[in-house]
Amino acid sequence: MNIFVILKRTFDTEEKISVSNNKISEVSAEFIINPYDEYAIEEAITLKDAHGGTVTVVTVGDEDSEKELRTALAMGADQAVLISNEDLDSQDQFTTSSVLAAYFKDKEYDIILGGNVAIDNGTGQVGPRLAELLDIPHVTTITKIEVNGTTVNIERDVEGDLEKIETTLPLLVTAQQGLNEPRYPSLPGIMKAKKKPLETLELDDLDIDEDDVEAKTKTVEVYLPPKKEAGKILSGETSDQVKELVSLLRNEAKVI
Amino acid sequence: MAKKVLVLAESRDGALRNVSFEAIAAAKEISGGGEVFAVLCGDSVQSLATELIHYGADRVLVAENEKLANYTPDGYFQTLKKIIDDESPEAIVFGHTSLGKDLSPRLAARLESGLISDVTGLEQAGENTVFTRPVYSGKAFEKKLISDGLVFVTIRPNNITPLEKDESRSGEVKAVSVDIKDLRTIVKEVVRKASTGVDLSEAKIIVAGGRGVKSEDGFKPLQELADVLGAAVGASRGACDADYCDYSLQIGQTGKVVTPDLYIACGISGAIQHLAGMSNSKVIVAINKDPEASIFSIADYGIVGDLFEVVPLLTEEFKKVLV
Repeated sequence: MNIFVILKRTFDTEEKISVSNNKISEVSAEFIINPYDEYAIEEAITLKDAHGGTVTVVTVGDEDSEKELRTALAMGADQAVLISNEDLDSQDQFTTSSVLAAYFKDKEYDIILGGNVAIDNGTGQVGPRLAELLDIPHVTTITKIEVNGTTVNIERDVEGDLEKIETTLPLLVTAQQGLNEPRYPSLPGIMKAKKKPLETLELDDLDIDEDDVEAKTKTVEVYLPPKKEAGKILSGETSDQVKELVSLLRNEAKVI
Repeated sequence: MAKKVLVLAESRDGALRNVSFEAIAAAKEISGGGEVFAVLCGDSVQSLATELIHYGADRVLVAENEKLANYTPDGYFQTLKKIIDDESPEAIVFGHTSLGKDLSPRLAARLESGLISDVTGLEQAGENTVFTRPVYSGKAFEKKLISDGLVFVTIRPNNITPLEKDESRSGEVKAVSVDIKDLRTIVKEVVRKASTGVDLSEAKIIVAGGRGVKSEDGFKPLQELADVLGAAVGASRGACDADYCDYSLQIGQTGKVVTPDLYIACGISGAIQHLAGMSNSKVIVAINKDPEASIFSIADYGIVGDLFEVVPLLTEEFKKVLV
């Protein structure tokens, strides 16, 4: 099987966010593989173990993304591709999916996996957009996948309910939490990853004119939410606190 | 400039979802006095159309087809694509629901348009509508616009106020026939797991448990409180990782991001990754044994105490006052 994973480098979930010059500040921030993309990598490796083939991880990002690609290689992916976004003046989900589609145009792929959403921008657009550009079916928020020949049986999370889907390869899927438990890279894995192929591509290599993939959306402002004032800690006997709380919720906050 | 705006309405269990009324309100504002029309898809949904008009839609297109009984990307894509080709809307509003998230990027790709997802607010700025949306799960916000071409957005449930229902409003309801070709994904079965039937993302009240609930059984008192309040039950990552509950309940930076009117956090310490998923709730109540727990720093009301003592008392008290 030709298995591909599209992944994104994101802020660590524990990071506090600050804004400078109308942008999220990246100074001294820790970066990780987007957690949902980790499920995609794990599932890709599991599929390879069961069906053979190769796992290729692909990202559109700056040169620092090499670190996350190496982590994916250390987990067990076979090769990595870094498509540099440094020639792009503006980038949104239209841009990223167009660049990925140009990369996949001449590739043979059976399945493309990604996370169902990135925890930074949180749009979840790139997967389904890419599937449409490649004219293949997609299934989002999957929690289980079984491939038999070209038939694929999937379970997906739909707002807490479970949907069972039957479809065929080639296919794009996006991972939801619960799909698997991503492995940690082992020490030998990390050593091996250093020697695995990591290819860097420029937009020119993909015959992309940056004007054609210019962002369709414009960000006019980035700001932090107003800091919340610390609230009221109740005191006294527990039963009195409970009575007071119910009264506050009804009469002061007026939410019940 | 007045715009023609398409709203995709969604129903669940034979009733329209609230987010559809919210989407109409958003569409009205984007339209700047232009026309707002709603699209309703399913196998038997015609009877729901007039309610969309009561909530502000100028007319409704009803696409009924047995292949639309369950949502599939292909079935809905083909239906919407045909309607968009026929009607040429200048803006489109979907709910940022499971269906909206799945379908909107695919359509935007085909239409070669931008798409602003998960919008929580909007305002007019000259010719453009500027949309507010959370990034980093609500740790920050951004304002975005699409100045050229189709304005396509999905709105987060529970954030935009629907228009007042007006049963005297009338408008055209028209059936559209769509020839749906092969579906590449087939829904074999839908297993209902969301126990209370109150969907987390649309719930007005959420009762959430963390590691402090200690076990699967520990969620029972929370469920009882939720039942009395008509609330949904959620959980922190800690509770999910410890197998006290299903991952579908998880609220946080990984998991669902929610903005209910009332969030009751029980035995949740308030790790930054959890706060990201719920700190924009309108009113937050924290119940925790540890007075130093960081959840108290963002709570409007806090009770320092054992949730197994406090929550049942709270349930009893609400039972008394809500009869």
